Amino acid sequence: MDLNTVWFILIAVLFTGYFFLEGFDYGVGILLPFLGKDEEERGRIIATIGPHWDANEVWLITAGGAMFAAFPNWYATMFSGFYMALLLMLVALITRGIAIEFRNKDIRPKWRSTWDWLIFGGSLVPPLLWGIAMANLLLGTPIDADMTYIGGFWNLLNPYALVSGLAFLAIFTLHGAAFLSLKLDEPVLDRAFTAARRIWPAALVVGFFAFGVGFFVTDMYERLGVSLGLVPISAGAAMLAAGWFIRKKQGGWAFVMSGICIAFSSITFFVGLFPRLMVSNLNPEWSLTIYNASSSPYTLKVMTIVAAIFVPLVLLYQGWSYYVFRGRVTRDSKLEY
Amino acid sequence: MDPVILARLQFTITCVYHFFFVPLTLGLSILLALMETMYVRTGNELYKRMTKFWGKLFLINFAMGLVTGIVMEFQFGMNWSEYSRFVGDIFGAPLAIEALLAFFLESTFLGIWIFGWDRLSPRMHAATIWIVAIGANLSAFWILIANSFMQEPVGYAIENGRAVMTSFFALLSNPHLWVQFPHVITSGLTTAAFFILGISAYQLFYKKRDSEIFLRSFKWGAVAGVIGISMVSLTGHSQAQYMVETQPMKMAAGEALWETEDPADLSLVTIIDEDQHRNTFDIRIPRALSLLSYNRFDGEVQGINNIQQEYEALYGPGNYIPPVTVSYWSFRAMVGVGSLMLLLAFYALFLMLTERLPKANFFLRWMPFAIALPIIGTSTGWIFTEVARQPWIVFGIMRTEDAASPNVTVSMLLTSLIVYTLLYGVLIVVDIYLLAKYAKDETQINESFGDAVA
Repeated sequence: MDLNTVWFILIAVLFTGYFFLEGFDYGVGILLPFLGKDEEERGRIIATIGPHWDANEVWLITAGGAMFAAFPNWYATMFSGFYMALLLMLVALITRGIAIEFRNKDIRPKWRSTWDWLIFGGSLVPPLLWGIAMANLLLGTPIDADMTYIGGFWNLLNPYALVSGLAFLAIFTLHGAAFLSLKLDEPVLDRAFTAARRIWPAALVVGFFAFGVGFFVTDMYERLGVSLGLVPISAGAAMLAAGWFIRKKQGGWAFVMSGICIAFSSITFFVGLFPRLMVSNLNPEWSLTIYNASSSPYTLKVMTIVAAIFVPLVLLYQGWSYYVFRGRVTRDSKLEY
Repeated sequence: MDPVILARLQFTITCVYHFFFVPLTLGLSILLALMETMYVRTGNELYKRMTKFWGKLFLINFAMGLVTGIVMEFQFGMNWSEYSRFVGDIFGAPLAIEALLAFFLESTFLGIWIFGWDRLSPRMHAATIWIVAIGANLSAFWILIANSFMQEPVGYAIENGRAVMTSFFALLSNPHLWVQFPHVITSGLTTAAFFILGISAYQLFYKKRDSEIFLRSFKWGAVAGVIGISMVSLTGHSQAQYMVETQPMKMAAGEALWETEDPADLSLVTIIDEDQHRNTFDIRIPRALSLLSYNRFDGEVQGINNIQQEYEALYGPGNYIPPVTVSYWSFRAMVGVGSLMLLLAFYALFLMLTERLPKANFFLRWMPFAIALPIIGTSTGWIFTEVARQPWIVFGIMRTEDAASPNVTVSMLLTSLIVYTLLYGVLIVVDIYLLAKYAKDETQINESFGDAVA
């Protein structure tokens, strides 16, 4: 396997990690105003992700940095091309981060409810936009011979991208509900299960619909061999299983299943994309690939050594942080230091 | 409107704004780690209260630095795609490593530190804030590797019209990095010291209560301030001497020195006529620029016009003169506030050592305003070092005018500029409100740890 492929895989892993981890963070933010009936309950809901959300977001920052380092043309084309979408995403991420950190800093109800709604909005936008962005990478966008994106914002809002955006949104929300069912106690716990039960059918339908539309408008499945066909099938099976476990009120398993569904969907996407990074719908020759968009072999080698040392380390201590904060956030939990 | 100017304006606003918060994070994380270590070692509750009081302010500031940092990472691709393509092979690596090595460390362990008071042993808990401090300062190291490459490209070759890395080690041992990094780190310490001095002075003078914690904090601030600003001055001096050799145009612009001089005089006040390449009003200290450049009373310092000729011979016809007025005044402002801080820090130490602090009403009354000084210093310092490098984005190999995204239009740039400005404007109001609230509020000082949210 050449280093270009290694870095494609690593970036796919980083995005998958981001979708898995921030997926439930976004879900929690989206559910916040609906599951928390009062101030104290909403504080507890936020506290479930309080110690983790920032480190989870670093998966995205690292994915962006890795794109820049390993495939500078991908980074340059995508970020300058998806300009308005990314601006919107940045506004959402800034607002959400500040809202999570500042909501507890004042006890006035008005202050807290304002930030809570901003957490909601800031959590709602990124899943939608990532769904739209990812779908467009695969579907194809107007990219010219100089690797420059020559479309506008509206090119991104095609039906396939919108369905994908909704699928991301629904599945992340479900994932968040499953996470909350693991981390809270009564009475919010019960509401989390109810929410999960209600979201599940929507996530199921829109998720399968997105995969179905993808079948007709992209070449994703032509590239999947028989063995790789298991990945999307497993993603679908995990989604079905998640519904079953929610019904059985087994939060742990439901969370595992929504997580598997996210991870396998992400893998399906990246396998379908490989070895391309951004498809050009003007001329297949103009698509960005892991070869024409990459850094030099030397830089890839340096980065591979760095990643081989530090990625396992990061996994280790981030895992430890979840261990430190294991258990449910209850009424007696200390939410602030 | 020129899209490159708009993109530059956007970078200035977002970068300077981001850097309002970064130095305080760098310095205060170290001081917090020291405070908590003192608590663990002595068991003195006073240190715990200090850690908690300054910790809350640290977190408010950290959040602002964090969210505005994401914009920086995205901006190279969004507004400067040609730059990203040209130097991505080199520039992307330290950025990615920064995230992998530093941001993960910082964010994971800060999360544990905030919520882990009751879940970890005191020793372990103190260790987490040390890791945060290391992570924060490591992130400065990696981003300065990237910036140093723009100031002084090393370890690269041009292949197929783009720069590729030939030596990772050369990036790490870039001489520019090793004069810049100490300057940035110590200015972080200075920023934290003045923050602590200013708020302690406020509490001692205006609130006149719980003086124990703030007297002790003031002491820490004075010591850290003296160490910090002395180091800033020394490292700044070595950086300037290095600049005379490697980026003479930057120094000449910073001094508004049009013609080569030997010995060279140092400008005190100069009014510049950029169009005519001359100064209309000039007060200079004889030989002082030579002294600062070479530690002796003579020595040639090159002037702007001479370097322009030299660069035309080297790089072809063109204008290689940076905006002289902005360079000159930002350099003046940085050195000016630096000198003022040097005086204030030593005076604070003097008051403390001679036990005159409680009676130093004038000093205590005005010291809270000095919190702004390091922020002015670091902002103008960055403006100087980036503006006076123009017209280059990467010195000697790429011009700023060739670096912008070709497909990003004026209206897109204007939209994003307005959006950031409005958003940042609202956020700074909220940030200052919260900082002031927590700096003033006395109830929380006596609050015990681990209180649930009301």
